[in-house]
Order: sequence, then C-alpha cells, then structure tokens
Amino acid sequence: MTDPATVRLTVNGTPREGRCPPRKLLVDFLREDLALTGTHVGCEHGICGACTILVDGEAARSCLMLAVQADGAHLTTVEGLMTDGALHPLQEAFRDHHGLQCGFCTPGMLLTALDLLRVKPAPSAADIREGLSAVLCRCTGYHGIVKAVQAAAPILRARTEQRSRP
Amino acid sequence: MKPPRFEYHAPRSVDEAVDLLGRYGGDAKVLAGGQSLMPMLNFRLTRPAALIDVNRIAALAYVREDDGVVAFGAMTRQRTIEFSPEVARRLPLLREATRWVGHLPIRSRGTIGGSIAHADPSAEYPAVLTALEGEVVAQGPRGRRTLQAAELFETYLTTRLAPDELLVEVRLPAMPAGAGHAFEEFARRHGDFAIVGIAAMVVRDGARCRTARLATAGAGPVPVRLRAAEEILERDGLGDAAIAAAAARAAELVRPDSDVHASADYRRHLAGVLTARALTRAVERAR
Repeated sequence: MTDPATVRLTVNGTPREGRCPPRKLLVDFLREDLALTGTHVGCEHGICGACTILVDGEAARSCLMLAVQADGAHLTTVEGLMTDGALHPLQEAFRDHHGLQCGFCTPGMLLTALDLLRVKPAPSAADIREGLSAVLCRCTGYHGIVKAVQAAAPILRARTEQRSRP
Repeated sequence: MKPPRFEYHAPRSVDEAVDLLGRYGGDAKVLAGGQSLMPMLNFRLTRPAALIDVNRIAALAYVREDDGVVAFGAMTRQRTIEFSPEVARRLPLLREATRWVGHLPIRSRGTIGGSIAHADPSAEYPAVLTALEGEVVAQGPRGRRTLQAAELFETYLTTRLAPDELLVEVRLPAMPAGAGHAFEEFARRHGDFAIVGIAAMVVRDGARCRTARLATAGAGPVPVRLRAAEEILERDGLGDAAIAAAAARAAELVRPDSDVHASADYRRHLAGVLTARALTRAVERAR
C-alpha cells in the first residue's frame, strides 16, 4: 500500500480532497496539494513548531503527521483565522504588540497560542512563556509575542462569554 | 527531510494489527502518536518496510479504573492524561510527569503506550511506570501477556516486546490516599529531553515512611528503580537527614553514560540533587 490514497478532510470549515502517497507529510499536503502555504515547514522533526495547526481543535505538528492520517479530520490553519476580511483578535494583538518580525514562526505561534488560550483562558505570564516554548522564534526575543498573547486573552474570553449567552 | 517509502496499513482492530505485525516479521513499525517515530522517519534514521498505524483502533483509547488499578488503553493521548480528573485524583505523579513531556502540541498526539514502547531512556513515562510498579499488557499471535515494569526495558530504545506483539494497555496501581509525589527534571530548555528526571512517591505513617518509591529517567540505558535509597527512607523516616542520605545513595546507584548533552559525572550529580528536591516536595505533599 504505497499507492496514492484519497484524503478527504475539512480545512477551515471547507471540505477538501486530494490524492497523495502515504509517506506525504500533512504539512506538505496542505501546501502542495491544497495550495495553503500559510503553514510553514521548518525543522521537520517537531522541534521548531512553525508547522503547528489545529487538528480536531487541538494544536499539533503537521510535520509529524502523515496526510493520510488526517483523513476525516477537521483542521484549522492560519488561513482560517480571519473572518470577513477582518483579522482574528489574536492576529490584531500580534500586529499591535510587535509579535512578529520575519513572520516565519507566526502561523505556528498563532495556532499554538490559540490552543493555549482555550485550555487556559486567563494565563499568567509564566503560563504563556511555557506554552509558547513549543515554538521557536529567531527574531523577536519573544517579549512582543508574550505581550500579544496577554493582550488577546481578555478579548477572547469576552468573545467566548458573548457566544455562550442565550 | 521526508519519510522514505513504506507500505501503510491502518487497521481498525488489535487482531488485525497483530496479524500485520506477524506478516512483516519485524520489518514493520507501529505508528502510535508519531512524536518520536515521525522525526526518525523524516531523518531516515529508520526505514521500515511497513508502518502499522494504530490511530484508527478506537478500542485502544480509554482510561478506566478497576480494583485499584488504573488501566490506560495504549493509544490514550498524553493530553487526555494531562486533563483527566481521574488521573489527577488517582495518579497525580503521572499527571505531573505529563507536563514535562514535550509541549502541549506534542502531547495532543503523543500516547502513553507509544512513549513506553519507544523506551527512550530520558522519557518521563517509563520512569513513572517503574516507580509505581506498573505493568503493560501486550497482545501477540498467541494471545495476551503481562510484563512488569522491571522486566520490560532492555536497553536504549529497546523493550522485551516481541516484534509481533503490540502493547495494548498500561496498568498503574492507583496511588494510596495521602501519598506525596513529585516529578523533578532538568533539561536545558523546557520541553527538551530530560538530562535527568526523578519520579518520587512517599506514603507517610506519622513521622515514619511506610513506602518510598524512586525511579530515574536519563540516568542510564533504562529507567532505574532506586530501591536502596527507598530503603533508607523506609528505615529512617522522612526527615532532612534521611532525605540527604537517600539522595546521596541515589547518586551512587545510577550508572549513566556520557553523551553530547551531559557527562556521566554530571548526570550522577543531578540524580542526587533531583532526588533530594523530589523527596522534599513529595514529603511536603504527603498527609
């Protein structure tokens, strides 16, 4: 079974389909087969975190999954964060607090931070630093990123409360 | 880099997976959470003829308690363990150790069975399995058998599981009520592999120590149960002098190797320091 297999999955709310050999990494499938190049390929061994996406709502390295393993899954990539042409509040916060410079790690930072804020809606600075240690940034020195996540936390909490209101 | 070519199978049942393992006679690798195997494939450090992906076997993901033993399906994710109220209540040492396993995005995929079967000597779960005298259940063509923690690990990245056996369950005795615990680890950066880690549990009986459990990560080719250090506590109690004596004994008991990350001497020193820290915290928590 080295032959190409069909992979059907939902990416950013849209059903997508492609064919690829089993050894194709999920991150390469996203970029090459689905033309979603927002997710970046960094180290290809799970250390740098640039390729982090949400798989069924949980942050995971897309370089450590085969595309065929994502058959049937719901993925969120950085392309799925904007709504109606408006940046996600977390993206706004990254822009406002100088949370990015070259931008290579940013997609992974955003999805990692989003997962962190879902698990811990009111994180301490130490929680944020621990959570973001999952992604390497070589430009910013992390301070701006930590500030951005700190600033986004109350905004995302308010959004969640608003949604859960009857 | 990218993985080499392999035949890919995603069985839906344990029987099917075991059949496939038998068919490849040792040339297949089991793909669990993939957080160690996928990097090895990407670097082409391993070139198996086939991957048996057990992620589609729904029956391998569960946490259930039976008669004082908490049983984990091999495919239970580390993330599930981290947030399980049952684990927090019954196995707080496992929960604390889980926070040291990589990062949250790694734990979303990584599994308890995969971590133990991979047998990386610096990994946290093998140390906890060893400290708590847990066991694993393996299924092969001739049925199921149980292996104790003490007999499971052979050497670096090697267990005594046969090539046609699949690790299907991890069983840990629930910690006694009031037991104190701590997992201490030193790594250069949070989330990196441990240079040394220590899993500790103490059960207090007034000023005395009814049971002490200590095991290492990263201090040799397999997890080391520090029985002679435990005996000091069980004999002399849980005071500062006994903790210091147990820590000194721990450093003598380990036989670490030197590698690019740390020298054997440094690891030995860390084994003592971390044992003292782990015991101090465990004793504070014990009731």
